[in-house]
Amino acid sequence: MKEITFILNNEKRSVQVEPSETLLEVLRDKMGLKSPKCGCDRGDCGACVVLLNGKSVRSCLVLAIETAGMEIMTLEGISAKNLNALQEAFIAFNSFQCGYCAPGIIITVTELLTKNPKPDLEEIKEVLSGNLCRCTGYKPIFDAILDVTGKEVK
Amino acid sequence: MSDYKYIGKPVVRIDGKEKVSGAAIFTDDIDFGANLLHAHIICSTEAHALIKSIDTSEALKVKDVVNIFTGKDFPFKFGLYMKDRYVLAQEKVRFVGEQVVAVVARTPQAARKAAKLVKIEYEPLPAVFNQLDAMKDDAVLLHPDLDKYPHVPWFFPQEKTNIAHWRKTRKGDMEKAFAEADIVLEDTYYVPRYAHCALETHVAIAKYDYSGRLTVWSSSQSPHTQRNLFAEALSSLGLTHKDVRVIAPHVGGGFGGKAGVTMEIIPAAIATKLPGYAVKLRWSREQEFMNTYQRLGLVAKIKMGAKKDGTITAIDHKIYWDAGAYVEYGANVVNAVGLSAIGPYRIPNVSIDSICIYTNLPPGGPYRGFGYSEFIFGLESHVNRIANKLNIDPVDFRRINAIKEGDTTAYGAEMNPSGLHQAIDEVAKAIEWDKNRESKDPKKAIGKGFAIFWKAPAMPPNASSSAFLKFNEDGSINLLISGMDIGQGYQTVMAQIAAEVLGVPPSKIRVENPDTDRNPYEWQTVASHVTWGCGNAVKKAAIDARDQIFALIERVYHLSQDSLYLEDEAVKCHTKKDFYLPLKDFVINGIMTEDGTFKGGPINARGVFMPEFSSTKGDPETSQGGHPNVHYTVGAGALILEIDKETGKMRVLKAAEAIDAGKAINPDLVKGQITGGLLQGLATVLYEDMRFDKGGKMLNPNFSDYKIPTSMDVPDEIIPIIIEVPQPDGPYGARGIGEHTMLPAAPMIANALEDALGIRIKSMPITAEKVALTLLDKEKEK
Repeated sequence: MKEITFILNNEKRSVQVEPSETLLEVLRDKMGLKSPKCGCDRGDCGACVVLLNGKSVRSCLVLAIETAGMEIMTLEGISAKNLNALQEAFIAFNSFQCGYCAPGIIITVTELLTKNPKPDLEEIKEVLSGNLCRCTGYKPIFDAILDVTGKEVK
Repeated sequence: MSDYKYIGKPVVRIDGKEKVSGAAIFTDDIDFGANLLHAHIICSTEAHALIKSIDTSEALKVKDVVNIFTGKDFPFKFGLYMKDRYVLAQEKVRFVGEQVVAVVARTPQAARKAAKLVKIEYEPLPAVFNQLDAMKDDAVLLHPDLDKYPHVPWFFPQEKTNIAHWRKTRKGDMEKAFAEADIVLEDTYYVPRYAHCALETHVAIAKYDYSGRLTVWSSSQSPHTQRNLFAEALSSLGLTHKDVRVIAPHVGGGFGGKAGVTMEIIPAAIATKLPGYAVKLRWSREQEFMNTYQRLGLVAKIKMGAKKDGTITAIDHKIYWDAGAYVEYGANVVNAVGLSAIGPYRIPNVSIDSICIYTNLPPGGPYRGFGYSEFIFGLESHVNRIANKLNIDPVDFRRINAIKEGDTTAYGAEMNPSGLHQAIDEVAKAIEWDKNRESKDPKKAIGKGFAIFWKAPAMPPNASSSAFLKFNEDGSINLLISGMDIGQGYQTVMAQIAAEVLGVPPSKIRVENPDTDRNPYEWQTVASHVTWGCGNAVKKAAIDARDQIFALIERVYHLSQDSLYLEDEAVKCHTKKDFYLPLKDFVINGIMTEDGTFKGGPINARGVFMPEFSSTKGDPETSQGGHPNVHYTVGAGALILEIDKETGKMRVLKAAEAIDAGKAINPDLVKGQITGGLLQGLATVLYEDMRFDKGGKMLNPNFSDYKIPTSMDVPDEIIPIIIEVPQPDGPYGARGIGEHTMLPAAPMIANALEDALGIRIKSMPITAEKVALTLLDKEKEK
């Protein structure tokens, strides 16, 4: 066990971790943050995506011990005040069904929109290609993103 | 119908905020504290073998291991429609991945470490991986005691064979019909197995407390059915139904995979041996692929006759199902198809054999579409070919033969009201069927494919739904029901139905995920029946509440009940315009009368629905008589496909799909089902491909090697079309549409390929590789 400290959802937090524990395990089991989901535990599905120093990572592929001193943001951190425009658009366009993939997808899109506030459809598809959704057929997700970036939704 | 306030409106999902904020709690998200134990399952490495010995002595010495269980700890069978499964393997294993040993420890790491030290000795038996081989006289028997297994009365297992059920449907004179046909086409189609791939894997936590009650938190489509099966299976411990409680949090995708009971019984059974602890079992993605229900594979032999004018005279449809090692649920898939494999056509002469065959592969079970996607691939391919051979446009051919209200089904019942012909017309128009397209790129070809579909809910005749509805002090409502919102938007639709009756906005109606102690009975969230069945129960509950309210108003204010109506969260009166009484003023605390006494009290209402007209009492040899299906939902689809002639890579340029929802209670959610279901259907034909080695081990149990669609694989354009021919016994005319949306996908692709390139591929999946190789073969033939 080793104690590490990081900035989690804008708060300074410390936690004891085993060297073998993944960031996903630590967030869920030790920090009580349940929005990152475990869908495959091998980086295929994107349900566990969080922001690490502003970059999206699959938290099942990151060892927690490596994140000492870093900034981590989960969907809980994004939702702490009010739902943002992207989240509101996800509701308006029914961009989720079961909702299991939604946290990872919203985080992935959050990173995209920070880098490029006006992505076109091809960029959106490319960025989302590592986040699996079995329910929606993805189109409603594209629609929400296009709408929130001021583009016409067909 | 424009006078509805909430029905037919794109009401915002009531679970929206929870799901986009990360607040939604799924089963794996619940904390159980330090008394939580973790179960790890050791799976069979053999496809068919006797278990000679299990040595757990070294494993039990591992720190933090609490106990280790094997089949002999739980010597009983379970199953929904046929009791042929075991909690942990008994004496024999029948597929690679079957649960054999459960190691229970205080940490998942300890459980995994100990599992490696358990020694299992097997004595291999001959195994059979193909249903046609399993039908042979000398095939090894998977279940020699099949004749002793309890099952529902509409199954017909064949003693001392691997045939668990054989559904026969017979109508008319086949010999005469084929003799009179101008064309008879005979061919065989192949559909392999598929996996549901819900993003959330199966997970259940069970706790057996010191008072003798068992609580199971489960990611489930069927909380009440699970409670029933747990109570039945564990009855030898003295547990009764009232002692068993199933709590079902949000479900991360179901698609049929979380119906009935599969792995959930393992922690439930283990918990009874470890009182006071919570025992958790969570499937890894690999286990999710290898040991949950898989979609059954089939070999379908179709012989169809038609006249020159395009009239279909007869169909002989023989379907051999690869149903896997245990078929307690899968046999009902086979049954459903055996009744409906004529497809949505008017065919006077019919012979269907739908045969459920045990193989040494994982258990086959319910998967969105319940067998219909599988037989519709062959049927709609075949129909297209006959149309082409008769030089009749495939859409016109379907117009000639498509079933209409009042026509007779294969088993002799009358077809319900149906917008099938309208769906065909609207899809043909949306896709511009008559327009010919050619690719500007000489390396590419463009084709168009069409398919129609139908599906009935497959359920016992007494599958029922119920609802409790209770008002709160502020006039808001708690609606207690036990269907599951597995993503389709069921809770929102149920709130809309109650809202319409009671004049209360859906945003003021809370629908929580069920707890069998609190919420009333629902059979299961399967069969696309909850909008229809549970919708009827909710409507009845809301009407019961309204009746109670009106009776109270009449008693206190002497206004006739006929003159009262509910609007804007208040009671109003047609004959006394100034009468206005907000619900919040009386739905809990009653109404104060002149002498200071109160009348009324909390408004608590209930509704129950059971399809009392349904019956499975058909003749076993012909399926004639009875009324096994409550109704069919129909629709049509078409797409434009671009194919790269060198690589075989395909791209759907445009797809249109129409479905007759009866009444779309929430049109946006119906469109969401069309878009999502269509892509799931396209995935089964274009990408997904379950591979097994010679020993029956799945080779690609992960998302790197079993490809489900990504955002890059979406058709360029999707046109969802809603048809509304009301279902007379549905709530506001509604019928279910959830599963149906994936049904036409595979034959649309096959038909478009033939249209574009003149190749007919008769086995799924139709991957780019298969298309390219088929084109190469065609070149060589020239």
